[in-house]
Amino acid sequence: MSDVVEMARLMQGNEAVVEGALAAGVRFFAGYPITPSTEIAELMAERLPGLGGKFIQMEDEIASMAAVIGASLAGVKALTATSGPGFSLKQENIGYAAMAEIPCVIVNVQRWGPSTGIPTAPAQGDVMQARWGTHGDHPVIVLCPASVREAYMLAIRAVNLSEKYRVPVILLMDEVIGHMRERVILPRAGEVEVIERKKPAVEPKDYYPYRPGDDGVPPMANFGDGYRYHVTGLVHDEKGNPTTDPQVAENLILRLHRKIYDHLDDVITVEGYQLEDAEVVVVAYGAVARSAKRAVKDARAAGIKAGLFRPVTIWPFPEKEVAELARQARAVIVAEMNLGQLKGEVERAVQGRVRVTGVNRLNGELITFDEILSAIKEVTTDAQSG
Amino acid sequence: MLSQVESHLRSDRFPHIWCPGCGNGIVLSALVRAIEELGYDPDKTVVVSGIGCSSRAAGYLDFNTLHTTHGRALAFATGIKLARPELDVFVLMGDGDATAIGGNHFIHAARRNIDLTAIIFNNSIYGMTGGQYSPLTPPGKRATTAPYGNIERSFDIAELAKGAGATYVARATTYHATMLEKLIVAGARNKGFSVIEAITACPVGYGRRNKMGNGLQMLLWQKEQAVTVKQAEKMSPEELQDKIIIGELYRGEAPEYTAMYEEIIARTKGKNQ
Amino acid sequence: MAEALAIPRAIKIQVRQGWCKGCGICVALCPKEVLSLDGSGKVAVVNPDRCVGCGRCEIHCPDFAIGIEVKEQ
Repeated sequence: MSDVVEMARLMQGNEAVVEGALAAGVRFFAGYPITPSTEIAELMAERLPGLGGKFIQMEDEIASMAAVIGASLAGVKALTATSGPGFSLKQENIGYAAMAEIPCVIVNVQRWGPSTGIPTAPAQGDVMQARWGTHGDHPVIVLCPASVREAYMLAIRAVNLSEKYRVPVILLMDEVIGHMRERVILPRAGEVEVIERKKPAVEPKDYYPYRPGDDGVPPMANFGDGYRYHVTGLVHDEKGNPTTDPQVAENLILRLHRKIYDHLDDVITVEGYQLEDAEVVVVAYGAVARSAKRAVKDARAAGIKAGLFRPVTIWPFPEKEVAELARQARAVIVAEMNLGQLKGEVERAVQGRVRVTGVNRLNGELITFDEILSAIKEVTTDAQSG
Repeated sequence: MLSQVESHLRSDRFPHIWCPGCGNGIVLSALVRAIEELGYDPDKTVVVSGIGCSSRAAGYLDFNTLHTTHGRALAFATGIKLARPELDVFVLMGDGDATAIGGNHFIHAARRNIDLTAIIFNNSIYGMTGGQYSPLTPPGKRATTAPYGNIERSFDIAELAKGAGATYVARATTYHATMLEKLIVAGARNKGFSVIEAITACPVGYGRRNKMGNGLQMLLWQKEQAVTVKQAEKMSPEELQDKIIIGELYRGEAPEYTAMYEEIIARTKGKNQ
Repeated sequence: MAEALAIPRAIKIQVRQGWCKGCGICVALCPKEVLSLDGSGKVAVVNPDRCVGCGRCEIHCPDFAIGIEVKEQ
């Protein structure tokens, strides 16, 4: 992409999310104050009315998620932002959005948990909750930015994917990225791709709100546009009517998954650094990927063939890409600010073909490059001696 | 009249799921006649409901209908109304739905005075799950989870709504179905948050356990217990004990939320871009 | 009132037995004993000529099973 410079700005990660969301056409925000995501709500409150959009501070996190779904159903692109405890509260209605296929974006600026934990300290403990937080098998897309500029770009991408696949998309930040300020150069307005939800091409009388197109995604009519239909969180048929028919239930849940898993090439993005000949691969995401990149550089300087694999889409997990790593790498290190939530997925993907070790930190501080560098050196020594 | 009413029903979904004698259908019928009387464009009419027996009502109506999560109907409806204020939005909830799990959303929708018309089907019980006590189960009454009699005091929905800031509050019973219809019409015409409490019978989950008879007998009980606002004015608190006061209970004046927000848009539009 | 009653009216009673659950509310509330429950426990019109078109059955029917249409002739 030719990122023609419009303006270089010093920007905070949370601010970048707001600007990205607005660029993607978000015109509705409902939220509840919570550290460390509050800046997103504050800036949305300031920016939205000037664009003809709406902001509302709801009575709680659950209500915020509900209001966002309602607004989206009425045809307005909608986003909410929260953190740890608030993310827990939103889960019920995230499941509703997945089931009823209402596009929406949830930003979770992760903080140390569980419970109130350390509100201002970074962690990556919500990786599994982002995937499995709401009950039942359900599809979800989770994106994880590692810089302020990427927070902007992924906010746009999150909105686009949610509209395209009618699925809740979670922008999984961490406190470091949310609060960090960086100089960013943003694409010029109009240069970013903005995707709109697919509208029905049929007359209202012929409209089946849950009859999918070839891509598995049903065209979506907005409430108020003349297509009167029913939306429910119950298992429903193509008309939207509730049913307990086992065949309908199975078809529905399988389609909800297929519409995402049939498009993994579109949904999954990853970044590689020095991977071509890497014998030691560090897997890291979010702020930790920055420490990891420095560690890889230093390892290379010390003559170790190290590389960085950074999943940008962490759910669906890039299994195929990680499996590929195992073909040449002799060791994989997963660095994350939790006790190994994504490491388990990496292990699953490499199926024992390569040793996977974790660098984990859970004290509310970012993993440093030298911790990762030490781990790289350690596995290199082990590999040589082994 | 049936043909007009039926034109707003999804007839292929009938007969409905409610038990014989359940009053939910009477409330639904009053709502349909009210919408007919209001002359609303079905394409611009939205009916949002929560979870529970009464919330299944939304699925029987040929409008834009949204059956949400337990207690959250008003929060979903708030998103819809704020996003598109030109839509007419009704919110159907049960008593447990609206005042227990949804109690927070209820008082805040009232406080904002957002232009929604909330109809609470009050059958004094959680019917869908088989008869557990709700915040509207009167003290002393029995429920599966109050086998020795309910020791909790019940809410007065109307007082709660009024205290929280609703600008239209009314109550009727399913026996007083025409009154109920008129109150829904008046509530919908109020530019603000309107609450209409509909006292309705759950003969299976509540009536049977409390020896109140079948749906018909419970309907006739409503007739006996009800006193109009006018009658109530002349009665002592002792006389009003256990009575159901019906009619328009409160009207207030307050700015409406979405209108206030439109003013902010008008003030800021084109700025901060 | 007498004058109003003198206006000839056509009253149409529509019954939808398939939707009726036989609660008996309409039968009890009808002031003129127009309705009854039949052998299968569903509503039936037994005395159509007595109907005054008050509509109490319709508005109290929980099942949308009865409709009363009054046309002044």
